[in-house]
Amino acid sequence: MGAGDYQTLLEGAWVTIWISVIAIAGGIPLGLLLGLARISKLPVISQIVTVYISIGRATPLVTLVLFIFIGLPVLGISIDRYTASVLTLLLNTACFNAEIWRSVYQAFPRSQIEAAKAVGMTRPQYFRRIMFPQMTFAATPGLVNEATLLVKASPAVAVIGIVDLTRVTNRIASQTYEPLPPIIIAGIIYVVIISGMVRLQRRFEKRAARFASIEG
Amino acid sequence: MTDWEIVFSEWPRFAAGFGTTLTLFLLSTIGAFLIGMLFVNILYGRNRIARKAVGIYIDGMRMLPFLIFVYLLYYGLPSVGISMSAWTAGIVGLTLYHCAYVAEILRGAWSQLPSGQAEAARAQGHHGLRMFGRIILPQLVLNSAPILGNQLIYMLKDTAFLMIITVQELTYAASSVQSMYFVPLEPFVVALLLYWLMSLSIEGIVLIVNRFAKERGLGDT
Repeated sequence: MGAGDYQTLLEGAWVTIWISVIAIAGGIPLGLLLGLARISKLPVISQIVTVYISIGRATPLVTLVLFIFIGLPVLGISIDRYTASVLTLLLNTACFNAEIWRSVYQAFPRSQIEAAKAVGMTRPQYFRRIMFPQMTFAATPGLVNEATLLVKASPAVAVIGIVDLTRVTNRIASQTYEPLPPIIIAGIIYVVIISGMVRLQRRFEKRAARFASIEG
Repeated sequence: MTDWEIVFSEWPRFAAGFGTTLTLFLLSTIGAFLIGMLFVNILYGRNRIARKAVGIYIDGMRMLPFLIFVYLLYYGLPSVGISMSAWTAGIVGLTLYHCAYVAEILRGAWSQLPSGQAEAARAQGHHGLRMFGRIILPQLVLNSAPILGNQLIYMLKDTAFLMIITVQELTYAASSVQSMYFVPLEPFVVALLLYWLMSLSIEGIVLIVNRFAKERGLGDT
């Protein structure tokens, strides 16, 4: 492998990183929205969201990205490869994030809500000022864990021709006729990225635990 | 013919793809459990070097995307003289990848067991494989049923990656019907519903196992 090949690998890594980052950044608020919609007792909406989350969690990314990339243009929505990839990852991760937000919401101490009501706060007020900041703390480790799962599932976008860190190994091998070195190096880059995220998750876990003990 | 009629007339293709997905899933589930059980025994065993090696293997797999591991098996290994068909690479990949996750889940469940229990079992004359099979393992599985169920769903979803190395599973079938007749939406809808059905069945089994566990005072409350 020459210097040019290393650069190609880094370009692939960059594609993996930026599509994942956009999907993670979009998937967390969308997950919150879906999670709250599911908890809400709004008729029809909460049922639809429940079914959507259930299907979304069971959907392989490879199938979903094909569905979105090939299916949407037929409905009159033109979409390029990169948008389709980001949208796929985002829609998928949002379903898992919704469940994380939901469990954090349901575990929220009732006594605090009652105290907030007793001092005359309205529901939107105590949600925004009291529940949401603490829910964020509690949800962060789970959300980071889901983000690492997203990075591990992101190679699925290779199926519609995105040259990410996985697919780029094919491109290098087609020139050098030695597939093993680029695959091993790509694997090492993944391990570096994901182990960094795992370390971040542990730090957030410690912080969340400390926060909970102060509250406790 | 409408698009749906085309899709239904191609049902043998979907059936074959679904069959392949199910076969891959079931065989690799069995394989991953067998190796996972072996690994967890090594992790709780006496051999320090084996313990360390298994620990590194598990951590490594948990930081690697499934597809790059399959690439390694299917595209990488032939250059060191090990060639496999796409199907074999798929099943070997699924098994060797997910056994690490299964082992980690079982290890987590084992660490929650009171240590006095194994000592009591030894004092009663239980030991080795039979003690693991009759006393430890049932508790590990019953206590971690929901997490194991989740892992099974991930394993099911990972079978779809194998179409990238040309394994003719369910997503491959949907994709080939799509490109043959240019019906862009319906084949994938069928595939998605079948995946959903499978994961609902897995969740159903988990619920039953969990109820069984609770009757015995195990499982999460």
